[in-house]
Amino acid sequence: MYEFDWSSIPGALPLLAKGLMVTFEVTLTAIVVGIVWGTLLAVARLSSNKLVSFAAASYVNLFRSVPLVMVILWFYLIVPQLLRSVFGDALGDIRLASALIAFSLFEAAYYSEIIRAGIQSVARGQIAAGLALGMTYAQTMRLVVLPQAFRNMTPLLLTQAVILFQDTSLVYVIGLSDFFGTAYKVGDRDGRLVELLLFAGAIYFIISFAASQLVKRLESRYAR
Amino acid sequence: MNYNWNWGVFLSETPSGGTTYLAWLFEGLQWTVMLSLSAWLIALLVGFVIGVLRTVPHRGWSTLATAYVEIFRNIPLLVQLFLWYFVMPELLPEAWGMAFKQSHPLTQQFLAAMVCLGLFTAARVAEQVRAGIESLPKGQWAAGQALGFTLPQIYRYVLVPMAARIVVPPLTSEFLNIFKNSAVATTIGLIELSRQAQQLVDYTAQPYEAFIAVTVLYLAINVVVMFLMRRLEQRTRVPGFIGGGQ
Repeated sequence: MYEFDWSSIPGALPLLAKGLMVTFEVTLTAIVVGIVWGTLLAVARLSSNKLVSFAAASYVNLFRSVPLVMVILWFYLIVPQLLRSVFGDALGDIRLASALIAFSLFEAAYYSEIIRAGIQSVARGQIAAGLALGMTYAQTMRLVVLPQAFRNMTPLLLTQAVILFQDTSLVYVIGLSDFFGTAYKVGDRDGRLVELLLFAGAIYFIISFAASQLVKRLESRYAR
Repeated sequence: MNYNWNWGVFLSETPSGGTTYLAWLFEGLQWTVMLSLSAWLIALLVGFVIGVLRTVPHRGWSTLATAYVEIFRNIPLLVQLFLWYFVMPELLPEAWGMAFKQSHPLTQQFLAAMVCLGLFTAARVAEQVRAGIESLPKGQWAAGQALGFTLPQIYRYVLVPMAARIVVPPLTSEFLNIFKNSAVATTIGLIELSRQAQQLVDYTAQPYEAFIAVTVLYLAINVVVMFLMRRLEQRTRVPGFIGGGQ
């Protein structure tokens, strides 16, 4: 029977905390950029301009049909070369930058689908009312439609954020030391992979479970 | 940036000899498809059982099923894969653990990835099945009871056959997800598509060709799956229900 030895975890806690901060950094950046860029994509997709809506649809469909692992690898290939051609070689950790960009652009595709559904859930008459008041299309979107749409889709956006938080562990493929990467490295170093992996799983579970319970509460409050 | 495009690279011979890089890609494609399909079978089987149990009027069973869904949904897929691959063999009875560790590395990787992906997706399938069963009118249940059916019979003859048809459209996206999620198996070394892309980069130093080819293959998988599921949806839809003919 396997004998557990948890002794390497307490000493590694500062390292693990640092890794967790990287995880949160990637998550938060991807949420913020993803929602902003996703909103633009959603509006573009609903645009009456065929070319604009086709471009947005292609972007979304492309990102949604490729595995996140491939997207992370793609950006790890492209971003360093781009950054180098702009900033020269004086760059810090390129891995973090490329992960941030990959997650932001990838999540934007998923967020834009949620946001598009949110926009479409707002009654059509609202747009007509805005236009009748003499607002431009952009003003109608910004002042009338989007505020209501975001209220409707808040639970879905948050649920997606929990999924995103879990997905950030995939930066493992480019060797970035996020929470999971750190846990793996510590376990590998000390020969205590079993304990460290179980610990990492438990922490991810606690955070994600707590967050999704909060979302559920919020949802029932909104529904009332 | 000047990059030397060389699409002929796929036809050149690999260092191990005997095959081309193109053959490597197709080997990767085969593993991706095999892994995804076998995991999908597990996901459907376990998912339907858990989904049904979540709706059963029996506290113990439904709590158990809820716990399953919450656990598998709130731990990242990558962590689950590592738990199956590195941790499970240690916790199994020693004889089993040894048997696992002594088997061919490819067998180990495939088994771990298949079980992981299957049980992970099962939690998602279960949620769809539960939603499908709950969307049925209460009268279906009552009708089953009125006919003198026992609880298992109500599920077997009334609820599940209906729910199975209702959940086909939402399951399409889960089916697509399983192909995408299978790329995670690259982290434990299974030579599926993503792994082959990285291998090609290492061996040929032609990263763009390799990544573009693999991306196109993933897109092709998507198109094929969507086409097949569309046809299945048309055949199985229930008139009068969401997604069914009116």
